[in-house]
Amino acid sequence: MKIGVFVCHCGSNIEATVDTASVAGTARAFPDVAYATDVMYSCSEPGQDGIIQAVREKGLDGVVVASCSPRMHETTFRRAVERAGLNRYMLEMANIREHVSWIGKDREANTNKAAELVRLAVEKLRRNRALFPKSFDITRRVLVIGGGVAGIQAALDCADGGLDVVLVEKTSSIGGKMAKLDKTFPTVDCSSCILGPKMVDVAQHERIALHAYAEVEEIGGYVGNFEVKIRKKATFVDWSLCTGCGLCMEKCPSRKSHDAFNEGVGLTTAINIPFPQAIPKKALIDARFCRQFLKGKCGVCAKVCPSGAIRYEMEDEVITEKVGAIVTATGFDLFDHTKYGEYGGGRYPDVITSLQYERLLSASGPTGGHVKRPSDGREPRTVVFVQCVGSRDTSVDRPYCSGFCCMYTAKQAILTKDHIPESQSYVFYMDIRAPGKLYDEFTRRAMEEYGARYVRGRVAMIYPKGDRLLVRGADTLMGEQVEIEADLVVLAVGAEAAAGSPALAEKLRISYDKYGFFMESHPKLRPVETNTAGVYLAGACQGPKDIPSSVGQGSAAASKVLGLFSRQKLESDPQISQVNQRRCVGCGKCALTCPFGAVKMIDVRGEPKAEVIETVCQGCGICAVTCPQGAVQLEHFTDNQILAEVNALCQS
Amino acid sequence: MSQALTYAYYPGCSGLGTSREYDQSTRAVCDALGIGLADIPDWSCCGSSPAHTVDHVLSAALAARNLAKVEAMGRDTAVTPCPSCLTNLRTASHRMADNAFRERTNALLDTPCRNTVTAKSVLQILAEDVGLDALARKVVKPLAGLRVAAYYGCIMNRPPEVMRFDDHENPMAMDGILAALGADVRPFPLKVECCGASYGVARRDIVARLSGRLLAAAEDVGAEMVATACPLCQMNLDLRQGQINSAGGTSHHMPVLYFTQLMGLALGVPEERLGLDKVCVSPRGALRAAAERAAAETAKGSKA
Ligand SMILES: Cc1cc2nc3c(=O)[nH]c(=O)nc-3n(C[C@H](O)[C@H](O)[C@H](O)COP(=O)(O)OP(=O)(O)OC[C@H]3O[C@@H](n4cnc5c(N)ncnc54)[C@H](O)[C@@H]3O)c2cc1C
Ligand code: SF4
Ligand code: SF4
Repeated sequence: MKIGVFVCHCGSNIEATVDTASVAGTARAFPDVAYATDVMYSCSEPGQDGIIQAVREKGLDGVVVASCSPRMHETTFRRAVERAGLNRYMLEMANIREHVSWIGKDREANTNKAAELVRLAVEKLRRNRALFPKSFDITRRVLVIGGGVAGIQAALDCADGGLDVVLVEKTSSIGGKMAKLDKTFPTVDCSSCILGPKMVDVAQHERIALHAYAEVEEIGGYVGNFEVKIRKKATFVDWSLCTGCGLCMEKCPSRKSHDAFNEGVGLTTAINIPFPQAIPKKALIDARFCRQFLKGKCGVCAKVCPSGAIRYEMEDEVITEKVGAIVTATGFDLFDHTKYGEYGGGRYPDVITSLQYERLLSASGPTGGHVKRPSDGREPRTVVFVQCVGSRDTSVDRPYCSGFCCMYTAKQAILTKDHIPESQSYVFYMDIRAPGKLYDEFTRRAMEEYGARYVRGRVAMIYPKGDRLLVRGADTLMGEQVEIEADLVVLAVGAEAAAGSPALAEKLRISYDKYGFFMESHPKLRPVETNTAGVYLAGACQGPKDIPSSVGQGSAAASKVLGLFSRQKLESDPQISQVNQRRCVGCGKCALTCPFGAVKMIDVRGEPKAEVIETVCQGCGICAVTCPQGAVQLEHFTDNQILAEVNALCQS
Repeated sequence: MSQALTYAYYPGCSGLGTSREYDQSTRAVCDALGIGLADIPDWSCCGSSPAHTVDHVLSAALAARNLAKVEAMGRDTAVTPCPSCLTNLRTASHRMADNAFRERTNALLDTPCRNTVTAKSVLQILAEDVGLDALARKVVKPLAGLRVAAYYGCIMNRPPEVMRFDDHENPMAMDGILAALGADVRPFPLKVECCGASYGVARRDIVARLSGRLLAAAEDVGAEMVATACPLCQMNLDLRQGQINSAGGTSHHMPVLYFTQLMGLALGVPEERLGLDKVCVSPRGALRAAAERAAAETAKGSKA
């Protein structure tokens, strides 16, 4: 065998603390190494060309690249060796950047360690063999989870690109937070005017199947061929009959039900259509408030419904859909401000959240767009906005910035002046973060044209004084305490991961950060991919994001799906387990330990034997270490290969 | 309250002086509830504010000297009525959890402190160990009709990681006790705000402003009396009420009692053991108004 070793400088990233030329020199003495050199940037075009040329000129059979983590560039170098005419599995990487140069300053020690890692890679490569992926068919349908603006965009772009889309939304209408907003920054255009038509497009698109009031229960399979169980929660109304006429809402006697769409500002009926523009525009019964469920009698809606759609006996239904790719767009939830006792902990009715304020501003909201205090219905004169409530505060374990609150607070201050010209707004802020296009100009307008008074500092306390609220805080620019008597206080609550995000991530087998936001595959270069092939992210489920960015990601995720499906067939990863049936004693331990159910027991001439289902195996290798006989081997990570690496290390 | 509760008791210096009535009423109330208070023999000052402004080890040593004496008594809980003493005792324990710090502290002491004692406030043991239901059963003269604001002061519950008692922004222990005794407890928004504390000596204007705000807020929620748990708060709100009025041009006339004095009244403790005559703004008027209101309520109730 003839092996070539390429030791990368990574500019100065590696070269500064590793003598790469000397590592290459040492490598020349390793068994089977026919060629070794150091390279400035092995991933660059000349770097890759150098590898290809060496393979051809020296007749190499395998290549070791000593550079960065394989998570960074393994695919790049596999493609390079393939272009040189080798099998892509005849490549090994030695990570001498993350594992060596970035973690130690001692050049001599680093150089030795780098050489050892190269020896290890060489020993492994000597035992590598060519592996060939199998190709399989794709189910050209996509599942979008979450019908906020990001999910809507992803669904429409996929459908317009010719794919069948299954859209699953947890609540009874799509639209997400954006449907609740009055106007949007920085253009102050009406939120439902720009979102509404898109929602209608979803309803009317022949390629989109919408399951509202539904959740994903179980996900099996793999890229190209997922099988998804969806729980359609009981609405107690047959949606195939409901026309959305709203008669039931007029007559329902239970008028004190929680109004989730209006964020608890105002009340609704037990049977309700959440808002007039809802998609689908269908009624559902909230059993927590319905008299038929609570007291066992009422039945008014069943009597008045002209289409006979009411079904009190309805139960949840679980359906199965087959899809080839999944876009997750489950958005965010709001920080629970009752955790701040100093802001009243939810005890003062006139201390409200920013999203509740959007509902008060909205013409279709519970007050018809008249700003009224929840306590007494009076129009406020002085409104205080408090930013960063549950953002950038380690005391509540929310060290991150929610990103959009500075902007929506400026918007709300502008809208307050529009609604109540004689009002005065105050905004307590820590810093103003307005880096988007036309964003900083927008916050300046709030101050300069609309006279909002910005006070730089935190609010220490809010408490009632008579029928008003005293807001006490620091003005850190003036270096003094300020007290403002307010009629209404609006808390710019920060963004949190949507409820249930970790559980969903586990079903999808994708990673999430410690706050529950989903993790992208690479923070810069693969922002909408995840580490699970075929699963993509869009919108605020990955981290707080405003509408333009959420929509951008929706389209980006759709383009990834369209790209994936543009291939005729997909290739399976050959790095999977194989059972040597002559060695297998049929104990079944592997089948028990496999977390993916990829090992099945079969009968071979009366003897039980294990067999790996190639398309299901994820290549984790758990079965290989479980097998007492060494009968299961993970391709590309066989016992022989790993022991050779260990020996290389221990003997050097 | 299944078996007899007994605690090592640390009255604090002010308990022998400016807040005699707090100490007296605490003892009387515990008596009435069958709680034993065993005085710590040869206890000494906890160091109060001066010590910790000079040196943390010195401050901890002054407190730890007393904790060591509680250890010698074979007890694991020390109770004190005074939140300032409590802060010093608990802060000392908190810091001594670090072995190096404990060694430095013990180097100043004849008898080393093992740091096995938990200091608690009288308020805490009444609320947690006795409990509201048991208290309610012991009431002989309910505080019915008494509109009262419960004021905890700024250090009873804070910092939360040291004090570990009740909600540090909206504590409810005293509210709960007074309600169990039948009082009409008002939702007092400034229950953990500072009264100005020892600035009463150096900067009277600050105390006049901060304590004045407390009195105004109490009036605002319709309270006719303030219940406190802290000698310094009581002094600022009560003794300095005249100063507050002349500085702010106000005319507050707000009696400020220790919550233990009110408990004593409800539990039927003879008045002479509660030191009601020790406070400046007489509570008589407010107590009378409450009694009349309660009587009127009962009359209305029996007519209906
Ligand atoms: C008060 C306020 C004002 C704002 N104003 C503006 C503004 O003016 N301009 C601007 O650009 N941005 C604004 N934003 C930000 C904007 O709301 C977000 O950018 C946007 O909503 C993100 O869209 P999304 O689709 O990612 O998430 P979401 O809007 O949160 O939508 C997520 C959807 O997924 C659904 N879902 C959640 N979990 C599941 C599940 N497990 N299964 C199925 N479905 C699920 C939810 O029900 C929801 O419908 C504002 C935010 C707030 C709080
Ligand atoms: S009355 Fe019947 S058809 Fe009309 S909205 Fe209600 S359930 Fe639907
Ligand atoms: S049964 Fe009665 S209470 Fe329940 S949704 Fe219908 S009308 Fe409303």
